Amino acid sequence: MKSAKFDHQRTASLEDALAALGSADGEARIMGGGQSLGPMMNLRLAQPDLLIDISRVGGLDGIEVAGDTVRIGARVTHARIEDGAVPGATGAYMQFVACGISYRSVRNRGTIGGSVAHADPSADWPSALLALGGDVIIAGQDGERRTPLDGFQIGPFATGLGFEEILTGFELPALGDGAKCGYYKVNRKPGEFADAIGAVVIGSSPRAVCGATEAAPFRVTAAEDKLAAGATEISVADARDMIAAHDPGFDDYDLQIHAVALSRAVGRAFA
Amino acid sequence: MADGGATDGKGIGARVLRKEDWRHLKGKAKFTGDFRRPGQKEMAFVRSDVAHARIVSVTKPAGFESSVFTAADMPDMKPMRAPSKMPGYKGADYPALAIGKVRFVGEPVAVCIADTRAEAEDLAQATLVEFEELPAVVDMLAAKAEDAPLIHEDWGDNLVMETFSDDDFGKIADRATVVVKREYQMARHAMNPMEGRAVFAEWDDRTDQLMMWTSTQVPHLIRTGLADFLGLDQRQVRVIAPDVGGGFGCKALLQPEELIAGWLTRHLEAPVRWVEDRREHLVTGANCREHHYFVTIHATPEGRILGLDCDVTIDAGAYSVYPFTNGLEGAMAHGNLPGPYDLEVYRCRTQTMATNKPPLMPYRGVARPGVCYAMEMTIDALAREIGVEAHEIRAMNMVKQEQLPFMSIAKKHFDSGNYAKSVEMAADMIGIDKIRADQNAADGEGRLIGVGMGSYVEQTAHGTSVFASWGVAMVPGYEQATVRLTPDGGLELRIGVQSHGQGMETSMAQMAYEVLGIDPAEVTVTHGDTGLTPYSTGTYASRSMVMAGGATARACRVLAERMEIIAAHLLQCERAEVTVRGGKVVSGKGEVSFAEIGRVWYLNPDELPDDVDQAGVEVTMGYRPEPDSGAFTYASHACKVAVDTDTGKVKVLDYAIVEDCGTMVNPMIVEGQTFGGATQGVGTALLEESTYDSFGNPGASTFADYMMPGATDAPHYRIDHMESPSPFTEYGIKGMGEGGTIPTPAAIGNAINDALKSIGAEVTETPFTPRRVLAAIAAARTNREGDAA
Repeated sequence: MKSAKFDHQRTASLEDALAALGSADGEARIMGGGQSLGPMMNLRLAQPDLLIDISRVGGLDGIEVAGDTVRIGARVTHARIEDGAVPGATGAYMQFVACGISYRSVRNRGTIGGSVAHADPSADWPSALLALGGDVIIAGQDGERRTPLDGFQIGPFATGLGFEEILTGFELPALGDGAKCGYYKVNRKPGEFADAIGAVVIGSSPRAVCGATEAAPFRVTAAEDKLAAGATEISVADARDMIAAHDPGFDDYDLQIHAVALSRAVGRAFA
Repeated sequence: MADGGATDGKGIGARVLRKEDWRHLKGKAKFTGDFRRPGQKEMAFVRSDVAHARIVSVTKPAGFESSVFTAADMPDMKPMRAPSKMPGYKGADYPALAIGKVRFVGEPVAVCIADTRAEAEDLAQATLVEFEELPAVVDMLAAKAEDAPLIHEDWGDNLVMETFSDDDFGKIADRATVVVKREYQMARHAMNPMEGRAVFAEWDDRTDQLMMWTSTQVPHLIRTGLADFLGLDQRQVRVIAPDVGGGFGCKALLQPEELIAGWLTRHLEAPVRWVEDRREHLVTGANCREHHYFVTIHATPEGRILGLDCDVTIDAGAYSVYPFTNGLEGAMAHGNLPGPYDLEVYRCRTQTMATNKPPLMPYRGVARPGVCYAMEMTIDALAREIGVEAHEIRAMNMVKQEQLPFMSIAKKHFDSGNYAKSVEMAADMIGIDKIRADQNAADGEGRLIGVGMGSYVEQTAHGTSVFASWGVAMVPGYEQATVRLTPDGGLELRIGVQSHGQGMETSMAQMAYEVLGIDPAEVTVTHGDTGLTPYSTGTYASRSMVMAGGATARACRVLAERMEIIAAHLLQCERAEVTVRGGKVVSGKGEVSFAEIGRVWYLNPDELPDDVDQAGVEVTMGYRPEPDSGAFTYASHACKVAVDTDTGKVKVLDYAIVEDCGTMVNPMIVEGQTFGGATQGVGTALLEESTYDSFGNPGASTFADYMMPGATDAPHYRIDHMESPSPFTEYGIKGMGEGGTIPTPAAIGNAINDALKSIGAEVTETPFTPRRVLAAIAAARTNREGDAA
């Protein structure tokens, strides 16, 4: 379990990283914390020719509240979020999510931007952030662009990020005190990747996400409609029907645990 | 006569802190992977990625042909062969590198050599193997089919071995009116010691020896095997096990990688190293526990079990391992299914089947976690059927204290103890009456609570007669220990067994203290080195404390007598007036320190008496209990679980253990071993499974797919001890290294089924995953609807 040969380039600025990405021969991969890419390279499931290390690039680790949004840099670690670095109700929700990611030494290095760019369907942030809504901020060879979290992940390990782009951060809603959030992960052991995720955020309008599927996490519109109509709970049986309507190709067990996750996420939101 | 004078709490029964722990806690231990030599080469393997195929060709990477080796390049390396005299046994030579055919995913096909492991893996990746695929036999029951593909064509079928014993069930038919039949499956596992396998080999021209440092439990057997299969004299091989990070059985066998490392270092004239990575372990080490059972209990309506009828299938994988073979599991299953119960009739058939999976190896508990699970789960099924508490059925049916010693129906010679009392104590500890009351009250969290138990009796430290009856190549005999007084009065103790987490550097020193009164801190225990220690078949079968501990005591007693002769002379008194006590030789006329005796023997022999024993202050003694049929440890485990009927998840809320391993040398070590074993049992019960698809491809090759129990999965164990000394062993010690693993799957499974009894659901297949628990609930509901209709 040793990686195949690769070149490693540590970059000092976003511009350097973009330049390296633009001029790379063969496959180039951006590495932040390396907590997912590292093991995949050791297993030789990923064999990039060039690893562009952005772990020392300044300016990607900020957390700022501006009006009704929170801007979070891609290099912010799970550990900082766990320790309460993100303010307000948004921060409290994210803190809960971060606590359940792997174990502390992984959280010390793993980053939120890396997790979303890596787009492992079983990881926490792709589902958790989709429930929050907001934008992904992306730097490209021609400057910055932003795109909604809705639709950003298009499949397992696949996003709308271009080959010569770098995910630099997120602009998320700064939830008010009245917002309700619930996150529930079904997994075999604490810290393991999820077998099912339910994520519910009721801010300006309800957003309910079913995650840890074979593909990208998706919003459960029937659940959102019911919550918008004032429901404060969703039964497992109802959740099964709502999720099945999206036809994620689940067998009975997968449908059940995803329904439980959604139902319990709603329960936690109103707890 | 030495009486040790153990008055300050360092001998038998003392919770002495483990001497070996400081180096582990400080990261200063030295494992095989820590070895470095100038010019050393790293090994990486080209392993089969198909389960069953003919090898058409192996194409080595251009320019690196001399760095890649196949079996054809090593014609003088013989396949491993483990003979067995068991009737009908069909062994299968295990080639270290595949010859002609591959028979499981992960089987080594070629080995690559480079300066670094990464470069060796590059060579492995660039080596192309062309296979002609054959249909694979993945399921052990399907392996029995007449038209099943053959793993070994010359066999004519896939049956490794069958055991059968019949009995007359007619004689209980009129009384045994309750018949409970169940089918069970226990999943294939990997053992996952914290340190994987590892080997470092170099040829020493000065001594003309192959030097091999390897992560093993059985260095002397590895030496014998290396010599046999590499064509060396045994004097030309020295095997050293440095610090070893757990073994659990997979290191009690000669490994293909050890053989290959030995061949390579001799022919390359360079040191070579191989350190198993976790993926290699999870794929090639998926080698244990896979059993299938039909169990039928015949009982009276009151719960008296009169008859047991079992049909057992064991999945042995593709080859037979050296030296213990793949026949041991079936023999153990056959002999242990009746457990501690006093039965009138017992019929059993075991069939050990070859499949296209890694070769079966004996894992901590060897077959007994499976048989205990099958038997104990069926007892609880009987309890539910007749409406009697399962713990009462256990106590009612166990061999009684006053019957001991007792020859069980499976010809096990039970020695001492009170089996039923362990059941009653465990039921009391877990608080069964309160749990029953709580179960009847509503649980607000939507979880069902259950309580379950597992009991076993475990043959430990079984010796010559038992292994000879199994017909294996390596039969343990008199275990030896060497003690040597140093010139300054310290003690060197050399044992042929190997300690890899059991704390023997401490407990063996406590044995020396028990006899000589010498502080354990002044005793150096040397183990795991064929150049320094007496030949031993090694550490397995929960035998080391009984066997090597017994030998240590005997050697220390002889040493004491020899020191007393010298001391009597120095004190100018009669031999009968002196005795070894408290780390010196004492008499009414004064005392002589061990240092004084060491000085006289080694440096001032002019002061020795004429009648001194000329063998000096170094003693080797052998020991074997009589009878050598084993010391029988037993225990009852009870646990309380919560079952989430929405997700199928099981949480162990409480866990109580009552165990009896006879005289405890170090109760702290006993408890640590028991908790560690029980945690592996939690893994068996709830988490661990080496899955395969229908083509024989492994589905769990990383820890993302293979769940190990961690700190959050281990319950807070509560333990109580009984101490019934064995009448047949030194100090009444019984073995206990394996026992913790044995009843855990049964206890947890029974607790789950107790929780689910209101639904009428039962789990019967380990691990009891959320998916299986929900499937059991769904099946029960379907049955009910069917019944209602």
